[in-house]
Amino acid sequence: MSLTGSTRTLTTVGGEQSPRRGRGIRSLERSNVSDADLSKRSVRWGYRAIMGAAIALLLLISAGPLLWLAKAAVSTTQDILREPFAFWPSGIQWENIPDAWNQIQIGRFTLNSVILTSGEVLVAVFAAVTLGYVLAVLRPVYGPVLNGAIMATLFIPGVISLIPLYLTVIDLGLLDSYWAVWLPNGVSAFNVLIMKQYFQTIPRELFEAARVDGAGPVRILWSIVLPMARPIIGVVALLAFVASWKDFLWPLLALPTPGKQPLSVGLSTVAPQAELAVLMAGMFIAVLIPIAVFTVFQKQFITGAGSAGAVKG
Amino acid sequence: MTTVTSPPIVPPVAAGAQAVDAPRRRRRGPRMRAGAMGLLIALPAVALFAVFSWWPIVRGLVIAFQKTNLITTDWVGAANFTYVLADPLLGKALANTALYAGLALVIGFPIPILFAVLIAEMRRSRRIASFLVFLPVVIPPVVSILLWQVFYDPGTRGLFNTVLAAVGVGPLPWLQSPSSAMLSIVLVATWGAFGSTAIIYLATLMSIDTQLYEAAEIDGASIWRRIWHITLPQLRSTILLLLLLQLIGTFQVFTEPFLLTGGGPNNSTVTLLMLIYRYAFIYGNFGAAAALSLMLALALSVFAAVYLWLSRKWSK
Repeated sequence: MSLTGSTRTLTTVGGEQSPRRGRGIRSLERSNVSDADLSKRSVRWGYRAIMGAAIALLLLISAGPLLWLAKAAVSTTQDILREPFAFWPSGIQWENIPDAWNQIQIGRFTLNSVILTSGEVLVAVFAAVTLGYVLAVLRPVYGPVLNGAIMATLFIPGVISLIPLYLTVIDLGLLDSYWAVWLPNGVSAFNVLIMKQYFQTIPRELFEAARVDGAGPVRILWSIVLPMARPIIGVVALLAFVASWKDFLWPLLALPTPGKQPLSVGLSTVAPQAELAVLMAGMFIAVLIPIAVFTVFQKQFITGAGSAGAVKG
Repeated sequence: MTTVTSPPIVPPVAAGAQAVDAPRRRRRGPRMRAGAMGLLIALPAVALFAVFSWWPIVRGLVIAFQKTNLITTDWVGAANFTYVLADPLLGKALANTALYAGLALVIGFPIPILFAVLIAEMRRSRRIASFLVFLPVVIPPVVSILLWQVFYDPGTRGLFNTVLAAVGVGPLPWLQSPSSAMLSIVLVATWGAFGSTAIIYLATLMSIDTQLYEAAEIDGASIWRRIWHITLPQLRSTILLLLLLQLIGTFQVFTEPFLLTGGGPNNSTVTLLMLIYRYAFIYGNFGAAAALSLMLALALSVFAAVYLWLSRKWSK
């Protein structure tokens, strides 16, 4: 697989200011439809109609179900089932939110999700930074072998390790502990790959100069690499956060005790017995945190998710 | 450990005292230190990979030929494979999984390309459009599944059936009928996934050399011809790669059918991964589960290798 396309994408992650202003702006202003095209009336109206329709369609498809969820979260079960398109014919049920938080344990599940996600993000960032640094900057003799062994896991279908990973977690006595989710989910060859490629774009003269000044590998990592890597660390952390918050099958297997389960697992287990309106309120709470994080860090998400293709390509 | 700490003191002194000898020493000193320290820095993460990634892959090959009840483990040769291959549900699960992958391809593959091409043409609205396209990707699948389960209410007052009634169709049974259940599952999964691939296409589109468009415009190519002759060919390698990744992913589908239908009605939505789950966690037959996992992983790997080889051959 050629990985040439990636450096370009990744440099924009880091050097946000300069590339954006230089090459970036032009590519933002120019694609198929040019300014000259838009000066023609027929093209302008066609363009506006198509783009308007695209935005409207996206609003309906992407935001529609979530807005409906927000409405259902404070509706009665009767209204949800009988009048899906009416706005609160029986009035707004604010008490659904505290009911979900307490009665169906959404508070407990949310806390577990936060605990699990924080640990996974820490492990993912730690593993990606240390391995990326060793492979891209220190480049030891065993580097190529280690690199090959890590990257090979990208191409092996995940299904092969599901059962053996479960048995391994049992052997280690980690079943039903948070470690059973924190450690295996922090292992991601993809994170190591994007971190490594980012480190490779840092000029090597910086490391040489630091070495001459007597800085050791740990000092170079701490004082030079980490400050420069802040953007990519953010990207890895965000990707790990979303992956963890969405994860279902592994926490279902690794955490049999309901009191330890995250929102995704907890919602699926309370769903059959819960009152629908209260369940909707619980689901609404479950999407608030990821939507808030995505809204704040949209740019980092889009660059990170976009670089996924460039790296894999 | 002592070798790690002692050398640093030497080079600065040596560099000052013996100028001729300095470059060589300076080179060797830090290099060796980097080796030992590097190993220490890499060690925790390497251990994680070893225990939770490499070892499970190797162990997957081993336990496919074993029988275990979590206390004692015995070698059983190919018995797990003959057990799995004799399961009357295997053919059904394979057909269902292929149907899922096929439907997901037909419905889910063109949509991200279309949205990416449209968003790439946007100017002021690109930010809000990419926000909207990526929004479903951050929603946990469990939430979208439970939400769509309500939308799929088969009664006349169900949300989707209300919409269909407005255009004179339905009511449809959605998840309740073997013929429409899989399609309903694909729709939920597509909703949750189309944004991630759309963003990858968009990143590729944004990196297209704008001079190509300028040249085409000067040559008098229409907007549609530019899309056909520049945009789509530039997406080619991304399309080929994401097609492969999607097929590998959809053949391992689990959460959506598991939660939406549990495999029903009438086993019409049992997938290969659900079968693996049942073997291991319902019947406690880890050997059979590992055997089926191994067969699926091997089939997907062979498919990926042939696919990559062919697409490289055709690209030349």
